[in-house]
Amino acid sequence: MKRDFPVIFERSRSGRRGTRPPRPPEVDLAGLLGAENLRSAPPRLPEVDELTVVRHYTNLSRRQVGVDTNFYPLGSCTMKYNPRVNEAAAALFTELHPYQDPETAQGALQIMYELQEYLAEITGMDAVTLQPAAGAHGELTGMLLIRVYHESRGEGEQRRVVLVPDSAHGSNPATASMAGYQVREVPSGPDGEVDLDALRAALGPEVAAIMLTNPNTLGLFERKILELIDAAHYQGVQLYYDGANLNAIMGWARPGDMGFDVVHLNLHKTFSTPHGGGGPGSGPVGAKAHLAPFLPVPTVKREGERYVLDFDRPQTIGRMRSFYGNFAVMVRAYTYIRMLGAEGLKKASAMAVLNANYLRKKLAEVGYKIPYDRLCKHEFIAQPPEGLKALDVAKALLDYGYHPPTVYFPLIVKEAMMIEPTETESKETLDEYVEVMAEIARRGLEDPEWIAHTPYHTPVRRLDEVAANRKPVLRWRPEEG
Amino acid sequence: MNIPEDRRYTASHEWAKPEGNLIVVGISDFAQDSLGDVVFVELPEVGREVEAGEAVAVVESVKTASDIYAPVAGTVVEVNEALADEPELVNGDPYNAGWLFKIEPADASAYEKLLDAAGYAKVVEEES
Ligand SMILES: Cc1ncc(COP(=O)(O)O)c(C=O)c1O
Repeated sequence: MKRDFPVIFERSRSGRRGTRPPRPPEVDLAGLLGAENLRSAPPRLPEVDELTVVRHYTNLSRRQVGVDTNFYPLGSCTMKYNPRVNEAAAALFTELHPYQDPETAQGALQIMYELQEYLAEITGMDAVTLQPAAGAHGELTGMLLIRVYHESRGEGEQRRVVLVPDSAHGSNPATASMAGYQVREVPSGPDGEVDLDALRAALGPEVAAIMLTNPNTLGLFERKILELIDAAHYQGVQLYYDGANLNAIMGWARPGDMGFDVVHLNLHKTFSTPHGGGGPGSGPVGAKAHLAPFLPVPTVKREGERYVLDFDRPQTIGRMRSFYGNFAVMVRAYTYIRMLGAEGLKKASAMAVLNANYLRKKLAEVGYKIPYDRLCKHEFIAQPPEGLKALDVAKALLDYGYHPPTVYFPLIVKEAMMIEPTETESKETLDEYVEVMAEIARRGLEDPEWIAHTPYHTPVRRLDEVAANRKPVLRWRPEEG
Repeated sequence: MNIPEDRRYTASHEWAKPEGNLIVVGISDFAQDSLGDVVFVELPEVGREVEAGEAVAVVESVKTASDIYAPVAGTVVEVNEALADEPELVNGDPYNAGWLFKIEPADASAYEKLLDAAGYAKVVEEES
């Protein structure tokens, strides 16, 4: 396959190097490590000088569209600004090692403990694990908690089904299925909210859980949430809250108060830690008291003035991740929460909602269709004007220096463009975006050939999506020979 | 939009065509066009008993993943193995080589209750 930008391995030249590490003293490595653990051939690492490395990655980064360079209203992903102070805080911990004696890492454990407490308070849950490494991983953790809970009550055999709305993110049915459940889809009503009657009809003694996000993926608050949860709890069904959309309600409403039993959060969305081709992520899970005994080990516990890793949880589902999860991400999220404080978090959500509603109104004025045109939360769904495709608008936006919105999701809206500006964008940015969206609509309708072949000014043009799906090349391999 | 008259349809865009005592099932031209390029088809297990309207297969495209529902109740007796290597048959030839599975119907008259070509054309018109 021909590429116009080599991978770092292809820049390798035998013998070239950036640093000269000191020679190790003469020691009997085989005796120390065991002969079977010694390499016979050197690892295939790229051999490159420092300047080559710097140029390689700097140039790669300049081929990207990222939140540090461009407006990035990627719906459902909360691409808010990642404050630099988070990085400064995370950098303080680079020398920490997971095998270190916890007695010598009290500051780190304190951060984990306090973050558990903050997230429990923000979500209205009783206990939190920080272990899961992403949102979907948190979902799997949460579904396993629900499964062992039902099993502990002798209802494991009986409850085999998980209900998921037709607007759900794909990771919801996927994780339910990975946790061993059959997935049953619940339709949305004409108002974009879960159809309460259909949900009632789908409830039964065989149902283990319902997975919901609120606001839902259309950016709409489920107004009948209390009734819905009551109906489910009455039948012994557990309620799972997908916290991907928590940025809409922080400090205003809590999933725990709505009646949810378990939640996951995406620290890499709501709590401003980097993601989108970078990461890593972090998907803490909060649980109500009846599910808390099953949380993964270890959690961080406070004993007087000391913080300890608590492995003594006999009913635990076990470990979900090596060591303690993505610790550096936790430090960033902790910093974000401490910098904003309770009032600041609340205001962040308010601004996120205000920005989304402003854009919703403005885009409607310039010809975009808004299928559920009422007050939204942190995001909304738009459709291109008649005659244009969401994919083409997305590609054209790249030429104008914008990251496209999420397209073709949620699945229940045709030509969906899911737009989430976040709270960190100014009115000027939003106004310029609306102008560009208006121009794309006008030009695209006038000149279908133009829009069908956008983008023209990006490092790569239209990608072969079919080949990328059918025959993905995920790893570079050296040519043999 | 191509809607052949030699078979019947569902409002969820499957087609059903009798073949001996079996019913062959696939998705309509309209459905494949709305889905976009199909990259993967998940087919039911042979021998599975299905209800009418039960989700039995999944067609995944670059845009979306879509459940395929059994038009009639019965037993799945054959699936289109060729789709494992060539899912694009669903796009290129939805009414012939792109068929998905065959059902032995529990009730032979169930087929008659499906939409005819004219009825399905109305469904398509409303949705597009
Ligand atoms: C609604 C929703 N749920 C769950 C997830 C999964 O989160 P992650 O990508 O961190 O696994 C996402 C991610 O995009 C999402 O938007």
